[in-house]
Amino acid sequence: MEHELVIEAGQTERNYWRDLFRYRELFYFLAWRDVLVRYKQTVIGVLWAVLRPFLTMVVFVFIFGRIAKLPSDGVPYPVMVFAAMLPWQLFATSLSEGSNSLITNSNLISKIYFPRLIIPASSVIVSFVDFAISAALLALLMLWYHVWPGLHLLALPIFTIFAVVASTGAGLWLAALNVEYRDFRYVVPFLVQLGLYVSPVGFSSAIIPEKWRLIYSLNPMVGVIDGFRWSISGGRASFFLPGIWIGLAVTVLLLLSGIWYFRRMERTFADVI
Amino acid sequence: MSDAIITVENLGKKYSLRHQRNERYTALRDVIAEKALGFFKNLKSGNGVSVSKEDFWALKDVSFEVQRGEVVGIIGRNGAGKSTLLKILSRITEPTTGKVRIKGRIASLLEVGTGFHPELTGRENIFLNGAILGMTKAEIKSKFDEIIAFAETEKFLDTPVKRYSSGMYVRLAFAVAAHLEPEILVVDEVLAVGDAEFQKKCLGKMEQVSRGGRTVLFVSHNMAAIEALCSSGLVLAEGKLVTRADAKAAVETYLRQLSRRGPLPLDTRRDREGSGMLRFISVELAADNQVRVPVFQCGASAILSLRFKSTGERELRNVRVAIGIDDESEQRILLLDTALLGQDFRTLPSRDGTIQVVIPKLSLLPGRYHFTIFASVSGVIADWIKNAAFFDVEGGDFFGTGQLPPQGQGVFTTPHSFHVESKATAKETKEPASVS
Repeated sequence: MEHELVIEAGQTERNYWRDLFRYRELFYFLAWRDVLVRYKQTVIGVLWAVLRPFLTMVVFVFIFGRIAKLPSDGVPYPVMVFAAMLPWQLFATSLSEGSNSLITNSNLISKIYFPRLIIPASSVIVSFVDFAISAALLALLMLWYHVWPGLHLLALPIFTIFAVVASTGAGLWLAALNVEYRDFRYVVPFLVQLGLYVSPVGFSSAIIPEKWRLIYSLNPMVGVIDGFRWSISGGRASFFLPGIWIGLAVTVLLLLSGIWYFRRMERTFADVI
Repeated sequence: MSDAIITVENLGKKYSLRHQRNERYTALRDVIAEKALGFFKNLKSGNGVSVSKEDFWALKDVSFEVQRGEVVGIIGRNGAGKSTLLKILSRITEPTTGKVRIKGRIASLLEVGTGFHPELTGRENIFLNGAILGMTKAEIKSKFDEIIAFAETEKFLDTPVKRYSSGMYVRLAFAVAAHLEPEILVVDEVLAVGDAEFQKKCLGKMEQVSRGGRTVLFVSHNMAAIEALCSSGLVLAEGKLVTRADAKAAVETYLRQLSRRGPLPLDTRRDREGSGMLRFISVELAADNQVRVPVFQCGASAILSLRFKSTGERELRNVRVAIGIDDESEQRILLLDTALLGQDFRTLPSRDGTIQVVIPKLSLLPGRYHFTIFASVSGVIADWIKNAAFFDVEGGDFFGTGQLPPQGQGVFTTPHSFHVESKATAKETKEPASVS
């Protein structure tokens, strides 16, 4: 099994995808570590995962549903908001985890070799734990309000992957920028906060005027959130298909450009981190 | 083809040093500010003033071969390119030019404890660290018992490693790395950590690895260890390969090269901390009459000349300068500090100058001493280079008798005298002895 390893300028480029596969076990271990650490460090870790989306949902229902009296698009307002909280939270956590991941693992990067893509990719996994907890909460909420999803629920994994791909793409950009410019980490929480209000989390995207709908769909989370609402409401929530396609195109573009930029910067990570 | 396990051809690594910025990393706001400033300057003067970038070759045209089973000592001063070479070999950073061919798995003890997470238990960390070092899960499982036996931490397997003593921590970390069984083992001077007993164990492991026919690259400043453990040596200076010979010849070359050295440059050192308000750029040894010397003499005067430059426009205020001196086992044995003397520099001229640290009569015994250089400006650390360089002390005539304590009788001496008192006088001078 002895193989000859050749190191020269530009060499890692060529072996990249093969190496990525070879280091898959490291990917599992890093993800496992992050999950372990996350729920060890915070005693109220699980409680926190429940409270944060729940309280946000309560506030949104109060402001958008009760005060602004926005339409709830065929499902009870709390269910509608929480169905959006779920993918939004997945997106937001994996985006911020991903963009910080290189900095928090800088000791690994400066000391050993492995395809760096593993780090932001494995950090996304952590957000799935929170996602699972919130999903259970959503199920309870749906029981409470007697919302039955039916077969539409089968589309949910597709939209989940959609959200993960979008956050990975953006996360790769931010992670690489974070290494190069350390003050980028102040930008990320702001982006996440802004995104919460720009994306249709607290309200239905149906209230967006028709002529703006396509432009609004450039935000990939619009398609994801619409998709989530549609699949858990059994198709009762509105569904804007052109918007989904636009969101999907943006997402794929984000991922591909993210990988491209990350790979371009990757070579110098060990030197600048 | 020969049985070379590592073939290095014309290896080179270039770094770009940024001169205007002294931060360890770039901040976006600085880049924006700089660009904006440059833009306005362009408007005014018409020609662009950009950040001066200077290329620095950490390694240049290095070629050598390592045979299977060889134990190679890599020798060179700080900044000679040793760590860069190791980093390229372990693929952490890519070379700028040249080519390396390696047959087999390479593992380095640069990595001791890399990826250990303080919140995780010993058991969890063994798996994690093993995976990081490139072991498969099955491999780790099969060696698990061996690892904990070597580390002697059975009792604390399920304790988070943040509660470990530093000795235990290092033992566990080393145990994982030592059981990696690579074809090529790279050992950097991590052996200085841990207690003497453990160091012995580590060196033992290294010997065992090399006897098993595997290849070891050993980086150390300890010439005795190199001579004892290595079969051959490789001397680097300023990024170039100076000698590739057997261990003894390599050590000799290195020592000869040392004795001819001029001022030791510090400005290329990257492992420094501080704001950079003031920066040490070189250090030089001098004796009595400011004459440059290769080594100090015990009992004679010793002067360390530190050349510095400052980056600010204004003169520097309240500058504290300190030199910490360590012996070979990295034990801090002396601190020379302007603060101790109440002699912080009120002001230092801007731009550049030399600070001389004068020891009128050196009391260190023959041996090698490493030193750390520190400076702060108005309480803010400006430059801090740990283990900046070392100096050697040769035997001298401390007492005017031509005699010095034999080796093993301490690291320094001090003026002293012996007196005999008769019983009668002892009664009269019965004062409490002052103990400090």
